Amino acid sequence: MMSKLHVETTINGQPVEFLCTGSETLLDALRNTIGLTGTKEGCATGDCGACSVILNGRLVPSCLVLAPEAQGQSVTTIEGIAEGERLHPLQQKFLEHAALQCGICTPGLIVAAKALLDAKPSPSEEETRYWLAGNLCRCTGYEKIIRAVLDAARAGSAAL
Amino acid sequence: MTNREFEYVGTRPVRHDGVDKVTGRAAYGADVSLPGLLHGAVLRSPHAHARIVSIDTSAAEALPGVQAVVTARDIPPNSAKVLLGGEAALDLGDMSDCMLARDKVLYNGHAVAAVAATSLDIAREAANRIEVVYDVLPPVTGIDQAIAPGAPQLHQSFANNVANRMEFKRGDVERGFGEADVVIEREFRTPMVHQGYIEPHACVARYGQDGRLTVWCTTQGPFVVRDACAGILGVDAAKVKVIPTEIGGGFGGKIVVYLEPLAAVLSRKANRPVKMVMSRDEVFRASGPTSGSKVRLKVGAKRDGTLVAARASLWYEAGAYRGSPAGAGAMCLLAPYRIPNFVIEAYDVVVNKPKVAAYRAPGSPMALFATESVVDEIARELGMDPIELRLRNASVEGDRAPYGPVYGPIGLKQVLEAARSHPHWKAPLGANQGRGVACGFWFNAGMQSSATVTLNLDGSAAVLTGNPDIGGTRVAQAQMVAEELGIPVERVRPSVADTDTAGHTDVTGGSRVCYATGMAVIQAAGDVRDQLRARAAQIWKVDIASVRWKAGRAIPPSGNGSHQPLTVAELAAQMPHTGGPIVGRASLNAPMAGPGFGAHICDLEVDRETGRSTVVRYTAIQDVGKAVHPSFVEGQMQGGAAQGIGWALNEEYIFDAGGVMENPGFLDYRMPVASDLPMIDTVIVEVANPLHPYGVRGVGEVPIVPPLGAVANAMRDATGIRFTELPLSPPRVLSALLHTESPNQSAIRIPQSAMS
Repeated sequence: MMSKLHVETTINGQPVEFLCTGSETLLDALRNTIGLTGTKEGCATGDCGACSVILNGRLVPSCLVLAPEAQGQSVTTIEGIAEGERLHPLQQKFLEHAALQCGICTPGLIVAAKALLDAKPSPSEEETRYWLAGNLCRCTGYEKIIRAVLDAARAGSAAL
Repeated sequence: MTNREFEYVGTRPVRHDGVDKVTGRAAYGADVSLPGLLHGAVLRSPHAHARIVSIDTSAAEALPGVQAVVTARDIPPNSAKVLLGGEAALDLGDMSDCMLARDKVLYNGHAVAAVAATSLDIAREAANRIEVVYDVLPPVTGIDQAIAPGAPQLHQSFANNVANRMEFKRGDVERGFGEADVVIEREFRTPMVHQGYIEPHACVARYGQDGRLTVWCTTQGPFVVRDACAGILGVDAAKVKVIPTEIGGGFGGKIVVYLEPLAAVLSRKANRPVKMVMSRDEVFRASGPTSGSKVRLKVGAKRDGTLVAARASLWYEAGAYRGSPAGAGAMCLLAPYRIPNFVIEAYDVVVNKPKVAAYRAPGSPMALFATESVVDEIARELGMDPIELRLRNASVEGDRAPYGPVYGPIGLKQVLEAARSHPHWKAPLGANQGRGVACGFWFNAGMQSSATVTLNLDGSAAVLTGNPDIGGTRVAQAQMVAEELGIPVERVRPSVADTDTAGHTDVTGGSRVCYATGMAVIQAAGDVRDQLRARAAQIWKVDIASVRWKAGRAIPPSGNGSHQPLTVAELAAQMPHTGGPIVGRASLNAPMAGPGFGAHICDLEVDRETGRSTVVRYTAIQDVGKAVHPSFVEGQMQGGAAQGIGWALNEEYIFDAGGVMENPGFLDYRMPVASDLPMIDTVIVEVANPLHPYGVRGVGEVPIVPPLGAVANAMRDATGIRFTELPLSPPRVLSALLHTESPNQSAIRIPQSAMS
């Protein structure tokens, strides 16, 4: 067995150290070693977006990032989206719009939508649809998700 | 009950499990972990059809970290035994053989051995070291090949690979066609497609030295998993406890067991808990998609649009073992229309592909794709508005359904009228755009359900059922309790319980949870209400029959002026002094359900240079009886429409000549993404179902049925070409556009082989 690598990183604003093999994905490290199971695996090939995280401000599928690549970086997962007890507007709007059915894609979609609103606070419907095109949802037909994101964007800009 | 005024039913409260799901706290199948956990991996057949000559597991067992290896020898042989509780009867013998091949492998991906090890990497490495000698047999990869004379046989018992033939008929079909002014006959084909739930199958099994098995898993039917594990392993159901996790989509595909008994046997051998999670590749190759189909349909109509006769043959791929939804397809085929003369025959065909499982309205989408395409052609032939033609022939209350029973109140006419008066139907179309309409039908299921409602001392309540919540059923159940007791929805805590805790409950499937389990919840809450009335009667020292219930209060008999009404909270606070805890319970078997109809309107824009088509506008209309939580009802309609659009436009299993699936991933198995779809408009029609106290009928399955026909009809409208084979993927459409010189009257089928 290959000896393990020691990785120091920042996850949801907190310093985290973990051990991993060189071939382990960030997704596996998050879920199996660090215990953050909110990030989901739907395909492990970067096609479904269920494992979306924000790595240094950039939206990535964590199944395509090697765990050692997190060294010295900053990772935001679904567990880091809410501020303490207060839900992020996206989370609130997903609930209000019933933008989830089974909920397995929801963490990835909320993380992806947060990256969108961080980059572009008032996206159009088309921009939102293309930004979220890497996140598969099989239950909703996307309509309520798109409405929730656009509504959260409006709520966000109203708060400024 | 149709004119009952509701306070909570019909509102849109936030779901109780919502915060867990938007924060990542909710635990799904793969999120379960236990101390001492081992990881399982499965060795799968590289061949679609082969005899197993020998399996040598010694190299795997020798690998450090390997704790157990199992083959079919570790599982008692199962004779055919029927297991109920799913949407359709399940054959335990076949399920066992499908889970772990005994003598023959029958599809590429068929499990032959499984390993448990201290890490997943070791388990996979060990599985690769198992040596299997196969005697490779020629595969049967399609319907035409399967039923041709001299075809290889999958099973000794099924001549020509036909496992079953069913027939439905009425009237005199020859005389009917004799009366017809227009007759259209076409042959339709659809490929095998997958439910495409985003969460792969996953479980953890822990077998104790006491012979008791606990299984955590993502399933639509915890009681099905329990009984399947008990049946396959040959132990009492009382030895098995199944704890359902949150479930990341199922659509019918998470009823059959694939991993749970395997994990159990590995756990028993290793004396440690074992976790098994399918990869996406395994989900595609080794769980149950739905049938590829061939449907030949001939329909005759009079000049005034009256449909007079139909003749149909349906062939559905069952996959490796019998049990396609061909019979259901045959029963759905003509359900929307009153056709006096018909003969429908249906064939269940085994092929060397994964055994099919239920998929949302199993069998109906392929059948109605044929019907709705032919009806569209008849409307064109007669120069009639396609909605008008459908309205003229629409089934109504009192008609005998083609599958036997007499329809009660059904909403097809109301649905079609809503479609005709929707602004979408009259909106102008742009260049290269076309519009199609199609109907959908599903029986909906009743089946067995149980519910418990417990009143708390502070007047809040808990409701517990055995149905995993895939799309908001918990909040709907809380709304029902709120409605019956007159307490706010937020004061009701709904839970999904394990098989030791909940009363027996059949699957989350058949669009039955809000209907049948909902009925049990309403009855259990009614039981609580009756007990509260009895407590009030006891406090007031009056006869219980004189105590009425209104808006969450027990009302004393009139003329008894010294008493004030008592609220739920007041009565709850006194429970310890008036007889103890109040628990309401109900169990029922709803033998029937109200059938559901819908109609969809699709606008498609076709790029003539690439063959790519885009849905530019879409409207779904459906009779839902009564919408308990309209947002989740709309969500079912939108999600079903999206799945059906995927089926119509892009999704298909692609096999090579050897029967190996070539596209077992989301990159090449192309499901709709957000940028593929427009907003999907919904119109909820409510024709109360008299079988349910609120008028509820099943919602979830109907909406996947219309899109196949609606999209194909829109394609015909946009291009002049009648496509009879799905999917309408860019290569097929482009090829048709290039090869059709005079497109207007043609009905063409471009085989896959002609597109490469």
